[in-house]
Amino acid sequence: MDFSWMAWTLPTALFFLAIALMLVGMGVWEYVSPGGNPRVGVLRFETTRGDRLFVSLLGSAFIHLAWLGLVGANLWWALALSAIYAIGVFRYV
Amino acid sequence: MEKTWNNKAWFMVLPVLVLVAFSAVIPLMTVVNYSVQDTFGNNEFFWAGTDWFLDVLESDRFWDALTRNLIFSAIILAIEIPLGIVIALNMPKKGIGVPICLVLMALPLLIPWNVVGTIWQVFGRVDIGLLGRTLATLGINYNYVQNPLDAWVTLIIMDVWHWTSLVVLLCYAGLVSIPDAYYQAAKIDGASRWSVFRYIQLPKMKRVLLIAFLLRFMDSFMIYTEPFVVTGGGPGNSTTFLSIDLVKMAIGQFDLGPAAALSIIYFLIILLLSWIFYTVMTTSDAQG
Repeated sequence: MDFSWMAWTLPTALFFLAIALMLVGMGVWEYVSPGGNPRVGVLRFETTRGDRLFVSLLGSAFIHLAWLGLVGANLWWALALSAIYAIGVFRYV
Repeated sequence: MEKTWNNKAWFMVLPVLVLVAFSAVIPLMTVVNYSVQDTFGNNEFFWAGTDWFLDVLESDRFWDALTRNLIFSAIILAIEIPLGIVIALNMPKKGIGVPICLVLMALPLLIPWNVVGTIWQVFGRVDIGLLGRTLATLGINYNYVQNPLDAWVTLIIMDVWHWTSLVVLLCYAGLVSIPDAYYQAAKIDGASRWSVFRYIQLPKMKRVLLIAFLLRFMDSFMIYTEPFVVTGGGPGNSTTFLSIDLVKMAIGQFDLGPAAALSIIYFLIILLLSWIFYTVMTTSDAQG
């Protein structure tokens, strides 16, 4: 099957692979510890671990965009900031 | 009845997953791939990194279109939601009036978007349109082709005409599901019309209002066909929303890379705003 029309590149393939691995990881986590671990965090409403992953990914996208627009094209610091943000979300939200 | 757990039931979800993959995931992946490359056609691509995202974020064109989109959605929601509630409250609950009202309300929803645009494009024309001619006869200087304010007013009235029915039908569905006992209890307590609305009807409509709010926000934020047919984004760029700008960029200019970057940013904004609205409204629903 020819997927050249999708214009794949190594960085984008790695990006989607990382997202897929996260989803698989969440599936395994749910299998090991069912129920989604709902709790009320700093945002004062109930979130499951799936919600927390969604908030982490969406927030990371905006961190990258903000970094790109305000600082520059070197996104490694944005990635590091996103990782810290995601840890914060999973810990406190 | 006792609930049984059968993990094989998950296989029933597979057809949906396949459909979503073909209709959403694969196109989204392709757009992401395009957003970091440049192409001149012939299936040849050149790595561009984050250049297109930077171009979009630094362009006034993007921020102006985004501002127009946000203002348009805010006006639409501010008009359609209250108006839909008022009409639903005044619709008959019994008798021959019910089917008549429901059919009348459903009619605008059945008309395709481009036809709605064409109707209003002709309706508003100063030379032949009923609205345009009538306003001109009354001495009102109305011309949606030349005046940005007139173009905005036309688009807003058109959207209200087209989509308020959706809010009405959703609210009406919420209202008819309220048992008569609630109204009888309110009558015994001597509740005012406002109290009945505030403490019985509004809480019962909350869920359908959430759906109406989200649907109308997402639709109005992604609006394309009607303004494109009526104004084509003009006069000037006064009604160029993000979707119109996106099509101009992708198809008019064949700038697929910048258009893909704009698509992703556009998608992220819709995702964020929808999530905020959904969370705020479901949280307040759970608390109250």
